[in-house]
Amino acid sequence: MSIELKNVSYQYSTGTAYEMRALKHINLTILDGQFMGIIGHTGSGKSTLIQLLNGLLKPSQGQVLYNGENIWGEGFSRKKLREQVGLVFQYPEYQLFEMDVLKDVCFGPKNQGLSQAEAEEQARKALEHVGMPKELFGKSPFELSGGQKKRAAIAGVLAMNPRILILDEPAAGLDPGGRDEILSQIASLHRTRKMAIVLVSHSMEDVARYVERMVVLNGGSIAFDDEPRKVFAHYKELEHMGLAAPEITYVMHDLKERGLPVDTGAITIEEAKESILKALKGEMP
Amino acid sequence: MIRDITLGQYYPADSVLHRLDPRTKFVGTLLFVISLFIFHTFPGYGAATVFLAGMIGLSKVPVSFMFRGLKAIFVILLLTVVFNMLLTPGQVIWQLGFLKITWEGLMQAGRMAIRLVYLVVGSSIMTLTTTPNQLTDGLENLMGPLNRIHVPVHEIAMMMSIALRFIPILMEETDKIMKAQMARGADFESGNIMQKAKNMIPLLVPLFVSAFRRANDLAMAMEARCYHGGEGRTQMKPLKYKGRDYAAYGILAGYLALGIAFRIWGI
Repeated sequence: MSIELKNVSYQYSTGTAYEMRALKHINLTILDGQFMGIIGHTGSGKSTLIQLLNGLLKPSQGQVLYNGENIWGEGFSRKKLREQVGLVFQYPEYQLFEMDVLKDVCFGPKNQGLSQAEAEEQARKALEHVGMPKELFGKSPFELSGGQKKRAAIAGVLAMNPRILILDEPAAGLDPGGRDEILSQIASLHRTRKMAIVLVSHSMEDVARYVERMVVLNGGSIAFDDEPRKVFAHYKELEHMGLAAPEITYVMHDLKERGLPVDTGAITIEEAKESILKALKGEMP
Repeated sequence: MIRDITLGQYYPADSVLHRLDPRTKFVGTLLFVISLFIFHTFPGYGAATVFLAGMIGLSKVPVSFMFRGLKAIFVILLLTVVFNMLLTPGQVIWQLGFLKITWEGLMQAGRMAIRLVYLVVGSSIMTLTTTPNQLTDGLENLMGPLNRIHVPVHEIAMMMSIALRFIPILMEETDKIMKAQMARGADFESGNIMQKAKNMIPLLVPLFVSAFRRANDLAMAMEARCYHGGEGRTQMKPLKYKGRDYAAYGILAGYLALGIAFRIWGI
């Protein structure tokens, strides 16, 4: 199970005054079960890229392959593809429309052809998985708070049981507490459901903690594609792209420059603490 | 999908027409439309063609953009032509059962087609070379005298510019919601008309919710900046006629005079 982009380019409004190249010659493979982050500044092509992954946009050049099959080939069902590759858009709360939360989450499974009972079971599971309290299942989605709406919307995609879940800025517009909660729930989906997850964000800090692989987009091209700690080693270049490495990267690099033998690849505060303590103990036995 | 309609789509370029005062362009378009109905012979339409071609040339907008607006009226155009052709009494040149095409009908259909096409292309020139904001400014100014008889001109103009401003936003929003629902397996294409209408619910409900939310936000933002209607309100860029506007009015007067002359002499 994998999605592969082969030399994919995309431009908007071809042949008009507003023509714009959003992506240039992208080569990328997303493997089954991988937890990946896509990072880029506003306008770097992140949102375009993920819409190519589930066939909502057709590449201007190049091919998108799902398990080796061209998704724009004849006879390929892109509706089936979208069941396998779930995509949660930015501000997904604006896609809610049903009378109550449970019905809204059922929309996806029912489109897959499940019966009412089966769809409801899937929906309940998905809602529990995103941490939606049971007493809210019967409420109108428009009465929920921002964070709850977001959960309901993510559950709406999750209920379709995709193999790969793509989330565009799932934490946008949430307070720090809500952000951490939603991100760690996504991480737990990865662990328990063995789902491949693609997390799109412009914030390094959010993503760094969770992902095993990080793709940095800049001006429509892939700038880096590596483990987070290796990507952050290029923190100077990242700054040129309008991105910043996590605060902790700067702290560790500064410490090292001043002679403390710490591990500059530390990503989380925990790791940094360990590394600093170790370095200090090494110095003063 | 809805992007075919050229009306209200500004094409940025640097031309004389772009720089003209919106009032001039509005009056000009109106006169051109009137002229289409004054001319009733083919030499007359020839004159209109020359005028229109000249304007298209001056506007520096690619010709394909001009004709994009025609897609939207294609059905109306087809109906007009067919009905005129079949239903005008006169000298019969082709007949099949109760259907008959007359020479007069053919002429009438040709005239209607030319008028409709020129009407759309002519007004497209205005909307392609004028930003919606300039257009409403111009309209507000032209309708100014109506204020005396208590027509809320400023409010109408404000509503128009807000409506125009929201068209692209709502279009983008529609696109976004549509994609989000498609990602959840929604199907907007297949099924009969009842099914299609039912399939629209997941699109329309969020769209209406978002339109109301936006309207609410905008009203709040306007009130927070003390908007209280048009009374005593001045403009940041007041409209002012320049030399080229007078020249344009001169050309328009000449063109209209030609049309009237054609009519009088019966050419």
